[in-house]
Amino acid sequence: MLISLLVIGGLIVLLVLWAIGIYNGLIRLRNQVDNSWSQIDVQLKRRHDLIPNLVETAKGYMQHERQTFENITQARSQAMGAKTVGEAAKAEGMLTEALTKFMAVVENYPDLKANQNFLALQETLTSTENKIAFARQAYNDSVLYYNNKIQMFPSNIVAETFDFTKREFFEVQNAAEREVPKVSFS
Amino acid sequence: MWELIRVNRRNSILLMAVMAGCLVGLGAALGGGFAGQDGLVGGIAVALAVWAVLAMISLTAGDQILLSSSQAVPITPEIHPQLFNVVEELKIAAGLPVLPKIYMIHDPTLNAFATGRSPKSASVAITSGLLARLNRDELQGVMAHEISHIVHRDILFVTLAGVMLGSVVLLSRIFLRSTYYGSMGSRRRYSSRGSQGGAQAQAILFVIAILAAILAPILVQIFYFALSRQREYLADAGAARLTRYPEGLASALEKIAGNTAPLSTANEVTAPMYIDTPFRGGRALHLFSTHPPVEERIRILRSMSQGAALKDYVKAYRQTMGSETGLPLSVRKDTESVDLRAGSSDRSTPANEKTARRQMNDWARRASGFLFLPCSCGVTLKIPPNYSAGNVDCPRCGTRLTIPR
Repeated sequence: MLISLLVIGGLIVLLVLWAIGIYNGLIRLRNQVDNSWSQIDVQLKRRHDLIPNLVETAKGYMQHERQTFENITQARSQAMGAKTVGEAAKAEGMLTEALTKFMAVVENYPDLKANQNFLALQETLTSTENKIAFARQAYNDSVLYYNNKIQMFPSNIVAETFDFTKREFFEVQNAAEREVPKVSFS
Repeated sequence: MWELIRVNRRNSILLMAVMAGCLVGLGAALGGGFAGQDGLVGGIAVALAVWAVLAMISLTAGDQILLSSSQAVPITPEIHPQLFNVVEELKIAAGLPVLPKIYMIHDPTLNAFATGRSPKSASVAITSGLLARLNRDELQGVMAHEISHIVHRDILFVTLAGVMLGSVVLLSRIFLRSTYYGSMGSRRRYSSRGSQGGAQAQAILFVIAILAAILAPILVQIFYFALSRQREYLADAGAARLTRYPEGLASALEKIAGNTAPLSTANEVTAPMYIDTPFRGGRALHLFSTHPPVEERIRILRSMSQGAALKDYVKAYRQTMGSETGLPLSVRKDTESVDLRAGSSDRSTPANEKTARRQMNDWARRASGFLFLPCSCGVTLKIPPNYSAGNVDCPRCGTRLTIPR
């Protein structure tokens, strides 16, 4: 009698310990997702802050490109108003597209391209976009790992009990990023 | 990726164990050669002691020794914002805990290296000559290669292996020298010991010791170079994965290969840390080379047409080289997939050799505290830090400029 009680008690203790292990693992993964999201967020904010400066500097040189500027400003305010990851991804994709078009137009204005201030802004913008792209990869990796964990047996039992919810991927919408670049053989 | 680092570590440890075996064997043989069977343990002890001392020095101060012997100076973001931006981007891509320290070597040759035991205390250095000739994507490729070395913990292993090589060479040379000069004296000592059989065993041990002293350095060198070459391929693969744009590194390597000046501050043991071999002139025999042929590295990177993941590099490697030998085993098993991306729009490179030279000199001046003072006529005056007067006349238009302090 005593022995069977001890055995059952021992099993319960083991089960609880196992659940604690899974729970802590899930918390760690969730924190990792949050952390890698904040990495993206910092860069997105920096990009939003850069744009007014960039537009201000370029405006004096590019009198006839009002539409381009309007697109950028509009995309920026949409991106700043985004609430969820999915919304942000969509709006930021549009902003990237608007900025890419803008940079293509800049090629027609050699005076602007010689402006040191503009060149510095352009370099910062390029760097910020790279950082967004690289941070996005890390974020999506951690989301994939976390989502798998909370959906797969047996960790899904613990995940459901303690209300761990799936996270959204930060997916790029614009075509230019998705397209595989051509590699030349020379 | 983490799996790769783990397996990497295991393979490197295996290779190091083989090298350590060589060292222990050499110690035993030399000890035996010197003092008969009693000397076996003593010889091993001496060999390990030499290795331990050298390893301790190079692990605690190795990066500082390398940085100062190559005359690298730390630089600030103001001197080259793009370099800092690029390294910061790669820090994010590689998930490094801190930004590596960034150094510049004021030297017209084209090279770069990484150093530091762990990702937490890593440094990267680049020559101003290379920095002046690369566009943004190429710079990113080069830095990604160096940061891959850091992420893969290559520096630790190459350092330890280099120390192993150093100890083996050192011990062998000491032994060969001392037997050459002292053979008469020691033979007399052995014969005074008496028994015929003992002397015979002694003679055999002595022959083994000489053979070991000649062969061990060669053997360990071959292992060492094999390790180094594997690491280079792996760092190339890592760079492609981090930047997702293999063409950047490929075209940077092309520029580096086109330059024929050797880097005077590099030596055999520091060579594996550089992006390409710092020595020039006739290419060494492949077996005794720290870096794979650069043309092959370029060709492999350029045939990565389907993705930027390690498995795509392996595929490109197989296509170019016919087999997978020469690649670390760990990389061949990686399954992660990574998409390629388009290069950056910024393709600006210095217009010509003259502007590149001027840029290099300006960085050197900025790094040593020169003040850059633009005049309204378009001339930029470069004021040395020890110039004490309060103002200066512009050499072109004669305007008197005050120096802000």
